[in-house]
Amino acid sequence: MVIDTVRCVGCMDCVVACKTENNVPEGFNRDWIAYDVQGEFPTLQMEIRSERCNHCDAPPCVYCCPTGASHVHDVGGVVLVDYDKCIGCKACVASCPYGARFINPEGYAEKCTFCIHRVEEGLDPACVSVCPTHCMHFGDLDDPNSEVSTLLASRRHHTLMPEAGTKPRIFYLT
Amino acid sequence: MSSFTRRKFLKISAATVTVASGAAVLSKHSVTPAQAAKRPATGVQRIPTTCDICFWKCGAIASVRDGVLWKIEGNPDDPLSRGRLCPRGTGGVGAHFDPDRLRRPLIRRSDRGRDAWHEVSWDEAFAYIAKKMHAIKAAHGPEAVALFSHGIGGNFLKHTLKAFGTPNMAAPSFAQCRGPRDTGFRLTFGEDIGSPERTDIKNAQCLVLIGSHLGENMHNSQVQEFADAVGNGATVIVADPRFSIAAGKAKHYLPIKPGTDLALLLAWMHVLVQEGLYDKEYVAKHGFGFEQFAARLATFTPEWAYPETGIAPDVIRATAREMARHKPATLVHPGRHATWYGDDAQRSRAIALLNALLGSWGSKGGFYTPASMDVPAYPYPAYPKPARPKVDNPDHRYPFAHETITTGIREATITGKPYPVKGWFVYATNLLQALPNEQETIKAIQNLDLLVVIDVVPSEIAGWADVVLPESVYLERHDDLNVELFREPFVALRQPVVEPPGEQKPNWWMAKRLAETLGLGHFYPWKDIEEYFAHRLTAAGLRYEELKAKGILRGAAAPIYAADGVPLTFETPSGKIEFYSPQLEQAGFDPVPVYRKHEEPPPGAFRLLFGRSPVHTFSRTQTNRVLADMMDENEIWVNADVARRLELKSGEYVRLRNQDNVLSNRIKVKATQRIRPDCVYMVHGFGHTAKGLRHTYLKGASDSQLVTRYATDPLMGGTGMNVNFVTLEPEATRV
Repeated sequence: MVIDTVRCVGCMDCVVACKTENNVPEGFNRDWIAYDVQGEFPTLQMEIRSERCNHCDAPPCVYCCPTGASHVHDVGGVVLVDYDKCIGCKACVASCPYGARFINPEGYAEKCTFCIHRVEEGLDPACVSVCPTHCMHFGDLDDPNSEVSTLLASRRHHTLMPEAGTKPRIFYLT
Repeated sequence: MSSFTRRKFLKISAATVTVASGAAVLSKHSVTPAQAAKRPATGVQRIPTTCDICFWKCGAIASVRDGVLWKIEGNPDDPLSRGRLCPRGTGGVGAHFDPDRLRRPLIRRSDRGRDAWHEVSWDEAFAYIAKKMHAIKAAHGPEAVALFSHGIGGNFLKHTLKAFGTPNMAAPSFAQCRGPRDTGFRLTFGEDIGSPERTDIKNAQCLVLIGSHLGENMHNSQVQEFADAVGNGATVIVADPRFSIAAGKAKHYLPIKPGTDLALLLAWMHVLVQEGLYDKEYVAKHGFGFEQFAARLATFTPEWAYPETGIAPDVIRATAREMARHKPATLVHPGRHATWYGDDAQRSRAIALLNALLGSWGSKGGFYTPASMDVPAYPYPAYPKPARPKVDNPDHRYPFAHETITTGIREATITGKPYPVKGWFVYATNLLQALPNEQETIKAIQNLDLLVVIDVVPSEIAGWADVVLPESVYLERHDDLNVELFREPFVALRQPVVEPPGEQKPNWWMAKRLAETLGLGHFYPWKDIEEYFAHRLTAAGLRYEELKAKGILRGAAAPIYAADGVPLTFETPSGKIEFYSPQLEQAGFDPVPVYRKHEEPPPGAFRLLFGRSPVHTFSRTQTNRVLADMMDENEIWVNADVARRLELKSGEYVRLRNQDNVLSNRIKVKATQRIRPDCVYMVHGFGHTAKGLRHTYLKGASDSQLVTRYATDPLMGGTGMNVNFVTLEPEATRV
């Protein structure tokens, strides 16, 4: 996933869409907006980011899961939780440097699934499909001709906390 | 407060509140409710409709899964949403499921000493209202009944009340919002900006925003176009006391002192004229009174503006030159909520004049000429002619008010002059938060013989009503056809997606039944609203069945720019763009805008500014649980250095005390670099005091409660509300 922080206005439509698409329980959200403000008034820089699970290539949540509930899905390497196997031990919640997970009131770990149920039908994740600023792009990072690859090849970008060594797969255009 | 006998807020008994998940039943378009109860539909139905979380009316497609409302997305055929809703529209499902909703008609019984709300049948409610209306008419004439409404849902109530014989109907969107802007542009170009605004943001090469909340105020089409403009590399210039979302995208951020925008505008125009950077050909062809205008600008130099605005002369010059470099594709956005300081129509006129100098009116990247479809009105009988003119603006005290002034009706209700107003209908506007100085609103209410409030939730204004009529939310009802004036002509339909969870009814049904109860049934020759739609659409050569299936019918696109052949005509007295305005001069006002200083906050106090969040609309969405999960209380933005000096940290609660000693509810501090030290800022719509709004009761603070002072615009009666000053009192030390 590639997110253009230049276009994003932080309206939270992505958060709301995730909530209705996935019936996320009241009081919790799988994605959120971060405002990164640098400088002193009035000389300020602000980066607005729609954040969620980074579906890392080196996912600590999968490594630490004692039951195998947290796993890397066959399709697209998406990091998922098998709710039936999850015992709600919170090891994954503690291991995630992005704070992307929470324990559902029914007792299992929950987080962004990249809307795999939509992706497998050829649709974009809900957050991407609703964004009124068209700041979010979803696609195959391994295909050099995909929109996401083209954007990364042509624009400056960064990931979140690369120093954590998790190899995140959400890229922010600046 | 105890002196006000009507201060009885709604109490909804627990028995009338059903749980959300059990509330939704099937769409009308598949099976009847009775069938639905027996046999829930399976699978997903997608039904086109239009959103009503705000008044933008985006085309939407609602998905109903197994008979229960699931999600709402944009309709790709819709020019407004372009297939993508804003967060409020996406979160509209929460309006249907809101457990705090009104469910049955309520009447306050005469024993006002106690909180005596009785649930009644619709027939009882209408009989009660009609009896009171007849009594008011007999004693004071039909003009003594007034309507306050907001949005397209008020259309049928207006029809009923016009049939009853009153001309008094107003929306806060004029005198509390965009009125000064439209007056300023009318005086200059002879036309309004309109809603949706005719701003060609997406094609602007230079976009100038003054105190704009674009991106925070989620007027969908505008925000989408703003992202397009930013993505296209447009130069953005933002003047704002607060480092807004838009400021974060700006090449030039001008941290202007609140209340001095007009000085900046005059200085910009001075530079354009003095340096000969304006569009000379355009001005020569279309302008009237340019020489007099230019002469009056002579003293408004950037050096003069500097101490007023705090913006350095070289920055004023550089930004003026930047605007000129991109002309005519430079759009100085006229804004929307423009009621700030009481000289707002003149400030808006200055914005219009700056655009005129840049030749942007009629140009690509400036202001386009919108189009609409020709859908004839329903051929109703002629309304009775009111015996007296509108009550809001006696003797044309505000000569350039071209719509009805809400606060004028309120004043007449208090004073009985020019004639008494004894009945109010309030539709879909929470007047206690929408009008400044709530004590004046309460004083007016005390003079009424009848207050009818039509709402979806037990809002503050509903708590003051004699009769409360529960409306179905937009996902459960039809509303009038939306024949929009926009980039291209289209007509859109709002239609029910699910059944209401209680006895709520659509406004058209209420308006029709009320008319019938009043003996005015002949004003509703149609059986139901679908017959009304079919009649109007057939007259326009369109098919209702097709609109029902698609939600949107688009007309042929026509040119929208002068360069493509749209004639530039101006409905001003001179037939030209009035740089110098004889009609203002004749009425005793400045023919060219003049800057005058506004009162500044006393030492230790801050100017109170307020604005919008992208996830809430006014004070009406705070109980929507989906949107409440995005933001469930507001914060008071305080400059980080000021907060340090006051020993306040983010997340701590304070109360605000204004100049009239009004103390707010508690509100969290947001200590931030993103605001000047001389003002504080909060999002409007929180701090609800109606107990029936269980989820949001006393969460955050209400700016409206603190807006006890307002500066009335002498041109058009708008109420400037950024003239209140507050001090901060830490919650812990409050006595």
